[in-house]
Amino acid sequence: MTAPVYNFAYLDEQTKRMIRRAILKAIAIPGYQVPFASREMPMPYGWGTGGVQVTAAILGPQDVLKVIDQGSDDTTNAVSIRKFFTRTAGVRTTTATLEATVIQTRHRVPETALNENQVLVYQVPIPEPLRFLEPRETETRRMHALSEYGLMHVKLYEDIARHGHIATAYAYPVQVDSRYVMDPSPIPKFDNPKLSNCAALQLFGAGREKRIYAIPPYTRVTSLDFDDHPFEPYRHDASCELCNATESYLDEVITDDEGHRMFVCSDTDFCEQRRAAGHGPVAARPQAEAAHD
Amino acid sequence: MYVAVKGGERAIDNAHALLADKRRGDRNVPELSLDQIDNQLALGVDRVMCEGSLYDRELAALAIKQARGDMIEAIFLLRAYRTTLPRFGASEPIDTGAMDIRRRISATFKDLPGGQVLGPTFDYTHRLLDHTLTADSDVAPAATAPADEATFRSVADLLAGSGLIEGEAEATGDVGDLTREPLSFPAGRDLRLQNLARGDEGFLLALAYSTQRGFGRNHPFAGEIRYGEVEIEFFAEDAGFAVPLGAIAITECQMVNQFTGSATQAPRFTRGYGISFGQSERKSMAMALVDRALRARELGEEAGSPAQDEEFVLSHSDNVQATGFVEHLKLPHYVDFQAELGLLRKLQAEFFERGTEIPMQDAAE
Amino acid sequence: MNAPAYDMAFASQAAFRALMECLSRPGETRRLDGAGAPAPMAQATAALVRSLADYETPIWFDPAFAAAPAIADWIRFHTGAPIVATPDKAAFALIADALALPGFIQFAQGSEEYPDRSTTIIIQVESFAGPALTLQGPGIATTCEFAATPLPADFAQRLRDNREMYPRGVDLVFVAGDRIAALPRSVRVVEN
Repeated sequence: MTAPVYNFAYLDEQTKRMIRRAILKAIAIPGYQVPFASREMPMPYGWGTGGVQVTAAILGPQDVLKVIDQGSDDTTNAVSIRKFFTRTAGVRTTTATLEATVIQTRHRVPETALNENQVLVYQVPIPEPLRFLEPRETETRRMHALSEYGLMHVKLYEDIARHGHIATAYAYPVQVDSRYVMDPSPIPKFDNPKLSNCAALQLFGAGREKRIYAIPPYTRVTSLDFDDHPFEPYRHDASCELCNATESYLDEVITDDEGHRMFVCSDTDFCEQRRAAGHGPVAARPQAEAAHD
Repeated sequence: MYVAVKGGERAIDNAHALLADKRRGDRNVPELSLDQIDNQLALGVDRVMCEGSLYDRELAALAIKQARGDMIEAIFLLRAYRTTLPRFGASEPIDTGAMDIRRRISATFKDLPGGQVLGPTFDYTHRLLDHTLTADSDVAPAATAPADEATFRSVADLLAGSGLIEGEAEATGDVGDLTREPLSFPAGRDLRLQNLARGDEGFLLALAYSTQRGFGRNHPFAGEIRYGEVEIEFFAEDAGFAVPLGAIAITECQMVNQFTGSATQAPRFTRGYGISFGQSERKSMAMALVDRALRARELGEEAGSPAQDEEFVLSHSDNVQATGFVEHLKLPHYVDFQAELGLLRKLQAEFFERGTEIPMQDAAE
Repeated sequence: MNAPAYDMAFASQAAFRALMECLSRPGETRRLDGAGAPAPMAQATAALVRSLADYETPIWFDPAFAAAPAIADWIRFHTGAPIVATPDKAAFALIADALALPGFIQFAQGSEEYPDRSTTIIIQVESFAGPALTLQGPGIATTCEFAATPLPADFAQRLRDNREMYPRGVDLVFVAGDRIAALPRSVRVVEN
């Protein structure tokens, strides 16, 4: 029994090459899910192994890495993944969105607009947007091949018939460059507009499902909708109680047993930067409800 | 007062320290050695090696110890280690006919060349808790006899010789490897068997059981189950010949199943095949039943049952994948939950504004 | 961890990352620290091949490369990649004579279900200068200019035909000495 010796960023070079080739094809065919021979990672499937493999494949010694989960740098899984790369790649890490060259995320797109020197890596649980309509890969692959997305529109329209609205609040499907329908990962639909025409490269890694896909910079990404029911981004009728932001995505925090609650920015770096710039809480503000517009 | 949630790193470190403490347990109790696990929990080691897809008893024992006896966690540990190992190539096919037999039974013949060899088995034990094991047990060594020179030709070969069972397809070129290429459907039998060999014992057992109860029945007979040691050889390109690497213990199951036949083909029994590291008869038998079930389409049978559904079976057999995704629900999902909460509040508000007399669905239809 | 493996890891990463950026931003060029290789292989071509090729990626090269037997030996030694005789079997194709670039349709196009199973063509040119094409598409904010010399006279039409196949098609990487640029199949040639 010999003690394991790991390569830079954990993955062996052959694995990195395989992932890199998949990433290149993903960029060339925006929104198309490239199969890749996902490896077992030292963290469980479903806990970001796809994102971790993509990050490990692109990361170099000059990179500065930021890892967020639910918008926060300090959630347990974000901490765990950041530690993994500190240990295996020795790269510098940051919590500041603008300092990072590679940002790995689960469930959020940072509030701060990204720039051309950045890559955003999403962790994806179920990459197939059609999966909940058709469980078979053989079928969904054919549907993508033929651009046969009628089933998705039927589903969305059934929502409207039942609820008066499209009843999808996160992982809201998008179409990339007018071709592939794509799952943006379980980000709230609030974040969907940020995917379009983004200056940064966006890469999506699904480890358990063994798929990688991409949105190149400056690519048109539209959220599926209907002329008479256009896509509505989620909006809160509240502001952050720490920094008073009104345009950020807010977490609802229950503050006592009576069910009182408050709202704070989900993007912890965005909130900190605002507070550092002098934005503060509004004194004695009445409790506000979050709602869609 | 709301305090921004900070200190995740310290909380994680503390949780890990507590885990290490709990793993060790009461310090007055002697610590388990890997030898103890390997020897006395040998079947657990076999399972971890098999589903962990790595034949190394010591590492498997270590994984079991580190995982506190959680078998799927141990399998995961071994897999995560396996994936970091350099790959030199594939061994030569093993010859199970030349197995150094520890156990070999056939349910299809009363006696056969080599005989029925019971070997170490729970079969025919009465499942009564043995209280003598609560203390150190003094077990007399089992009787031994000189190894006899009997050969143990496989039952399937005996049947094949007389044309009563389908021939096994000749090996053609490369064998797939789902750890190097993502599985796509339809998968070849090589990839199916690899997937099943790595698959969760419980999942395969339940599927196999379902075929016996009528969900894809295939009339199985346990043609043969054999357990013992086989030599592994590796063809070294530079040496130009196959180099022996050592012996591994495996369990092989050949099921003899429902016959097929047509106007142009004589009726013949069909086969289902199962194999596993170590002594894992339940796993090998279940695998053989599921393998046969998955051949339904190939053999022109109606295929409507779960065990016959290749995509369903192969996509859900891996317990490392399954446990990861089921347990990932423990991770924070509050951003999505918030989005759902907002949507629900909005829908509720609209519902109550409308009044409750006319359900929206009817109104829309 | 021994030092040479570490260097290999870094060199591969740098070459890949440069190509990833070029493919994400068609028309832009990046400089690569080259790897030495026998003529006529350019430094950056060598760096890309060592970074991306291995026993899983069949390589085809054009007659201009084939005329130098040292090339095949170099590829086998450094990557272990199988060398194939027909371009439609290749994961990577290496072109030393850009003017004699075979028609794209001769390379692997991928299928409608798996368009990724297609050839990436690495084309050596003398420079990124000359008459420019105007391009649009993913990775391009508005439009961009792309020029390389030499290229076949009907290169713009070949790009259009490649786009017609979308999502099937080939992806192009250009090498001029130690600089690279890339045109993914998603680019659209703007009509003048």
